[in-house]
Amino acid sequence: MLASALLSGLGLGSMYGLLALGFYVTYSVSRTVNFSQGSSMMLGAVLAYTFVMRAGWPLVLAIAAALLLCALYGVVVERIAVRPFVKRRSEGWLMSTVAVGIIADNAVLFTFGKEPRGFSVPWTAASADVLGVHVSALQVAIPAVGLGAAAVLHAFSRRSRLGKAMRAVMQNPDAARLMGIDVSLAVAAAYAIASVFAGVAGVMIAPLFNVHSDMGTVFGLKAFAVAILGGITSAWGVVLAGLVFGAAESLITAFLGSSYTQILTFALVIVALAIRPDGLLGRAVVRKV
Amino acid sequence: MGGIVMLKRIVLLVVVLAAALPAGAQETIKVGLVTALSGQSAQAGEAISRGLQTAIDELNAKGGILKGRKLELLRRDDEATPAKGVIAARELVFKEKVAVLFGGLDTPVSLAIVPLMNQEKIPFMGPWAAGTAITRNGANPNFAFRVSAVDELVDKAMLQYSLKTFNAKSCGMILVNNPWGESNEKGLTAALAAKGMKAAGVEKFEANDVDVVPQLSRLKAAGADCLFLVGNVGPSSQVVKSLDRMGWKPPIVSHWGPAGGRFTELAGPSARNVHFVQTYSFFGTQRPVGQKVLKALMAKYPDIKGPADVTPAVGVANAYDAMMLVALAIEKAGSTDGPAIREGFYKIDRYEGLIKTYEKPFSPQTHDALTENDYVWTQFIDNQIVPVGLKN
Repeated sequence: MLASALLSGLGLGSMYGLLALGFYVTYSVSRTVNFSQGSSMMLGAVLAYTFVMRAGWPLVLAIAAALLLCALYGVVVERIAVRPFVKRRSEGWLMSTVAVGIIADNAVLFTFGKEPRGFSVPWTAASADVLGVHVSALQVAIPAVGLGAAAVLHAFSRRSRLGKAMRAVMQNPDAARLMGIDVSLAVAAAYAIASVFAGVAGVMIAPLFNVHSDMGTVFGLKAFAVAILGGITSAWGVVLAGLVFGAAESLITAFLGSSYTQILTFALVIVALAIRPDGLLGRAVVRKV
Repeated sequence: MGGIVMLKRIVLLVVVLAAALPAGAQETIKVGLVTALSGQSAQAGEAISRGLQTAIDELNAKGGILKGRKLELLRRDDEATPAKGVIAARELVFKEKVAVLFGGLDTPVSLAIVPLMNQEKIPFMGPWAAGTAITRNGANPNFAFRVSAVDELVDKAMLQYSLKTFNAKSCGMILVNNPWGESNEKGLTAALAAKGMKAAGVEKFEANDVDVVPQLSRLKAAGADCLFLVGNVGPSSQVVKSLDRMGWKPPIVSHWGPAGGRFTELAGPSARNVHFVQTYSFFGTQRPVGQKVLKALMAKYPDIKGPADVTPAVGVANAYDAMMLVALAIEKAGSTDGPAIREGFYKIDRYEGLIKTYEKPFSPQTHDALTENDYVWTQFIDNQIVPVGLKN
């Protein structure tokens, strides 16, 4: 029971981590977040489903197109729901990103339909018994993709030109601007990356779950808790927090019963933050006057 | 000149209309239906409508009831919300003066409408919603009747089926975390207690949970040798997929949640392992009433080519029998007066219906015409709901 609960918890946990990485990326670069990360995740799943099951595209092409559209969605969210408020030094983006998410969910409800749909990908059903635990291919693929995406982000921010520009903006936006770095582009890129990560989570979760318009709502909320728990300024902290949160959820359900899951997991988040106010691996932001 | 002719025509028309209207109003007996006709449950509402209309067409073709009065169905959409349902019911009762009102598939909507019907003394007939309290509402006199499954009885039937078919010793409950799941937890616990048994465990899951493996692992560790499942189609499919991931294949005995959607698509090939309750199936050998109804449905609705297209079958079958029983009650009453029709229900002796032959289906103590012995156990084979064992 321990092994199977841990396996399923770490799988979901890596997806929480992936969504939470999106919060980390935009927060680091612009001190804002997209509260509709859950909707980005839903869009990834709905678009991939539509391209594969309704348009008959090959899986790889469908996923690529879905993720590209997720990136575009992220850019649009930043442009219409974040930038106008930041320019006026308003905190309105807190509400407007939530609003964009609700609009996206409802637009999908109208166009995609109310009925949940099943998205089965043939290879995901393959399974084997490892040390007495039944393991499906998808259960191995999900954490692998989650950690892989985190590694890609790490390499991107260290090696690529845009990644380096984003890190410069993270350290000091004004100095970066003076060095000729396009800050708006860096922020837009951060939003695009955040949405793509959520889209990847959506595509990976879809075969486990059902595809429908509000599939990302609760997920997005938990991912935000994970981002705060990990310390929103630390990429590896966020990934670690995702795994801890997922494993905690799963182990509490398995050993204490489902009635306690939500109460205890969120209580643990509060206790963890009381002990480490800046998150598991986060550092206190020093305000320079 | 033309003006005078026109005036004469208008006067004539008014006279004809004035003469025709009251006569027509006296002639037809209006029955109302308040159910979901749009949204996710639109198909279920349409199934109820078709069952009622098929019965009404048959009765009208025979010359109507109460010495030649025809029946007329008036439908209103409740959009699955209690407030809209009550508004629609008020309109049908006060403005249209329906003799009987039929309810839809949502228990909360029916529970909201029933007090109005008891107050106005107009019979309410439920052809779908299974909430126990709809008919057992504590009112005296009680005007709510039902031809459908009842949660409390379904729970008893689920236990009976698990014992008889799977020889289960210790079943675990896996229930959606909402009032429906809770009411069935009570029902199943009571049914088990009546046989001196206990559940291996009781686990809840959220309708939006991706993974139910931890809950199921608990039940497995507690020694469950079968599962009682209560949840709508989406959540039920999450349970089936989680079982697949665990590689655990216990028998699954379920309430009728899976019938509400594309269960095979959502749950995958293991969908067929779920045995769930229905009140009727148009598959398999049909009695003469079944043959007659299927023929009538195929003649009236071009999209119905065979039993697979009568879906959800429970909506059509329950509504057909419910309308026929209502007609008999009105005949027994000899009028469309509400309290008289209510007494009329108790006077029905025998009716050879679609679901079964009803012998004294209603009494002041029993307002539910179907019992746990009337349920049919079904499974999804491909995309069709068929009786267990009929197809492989």
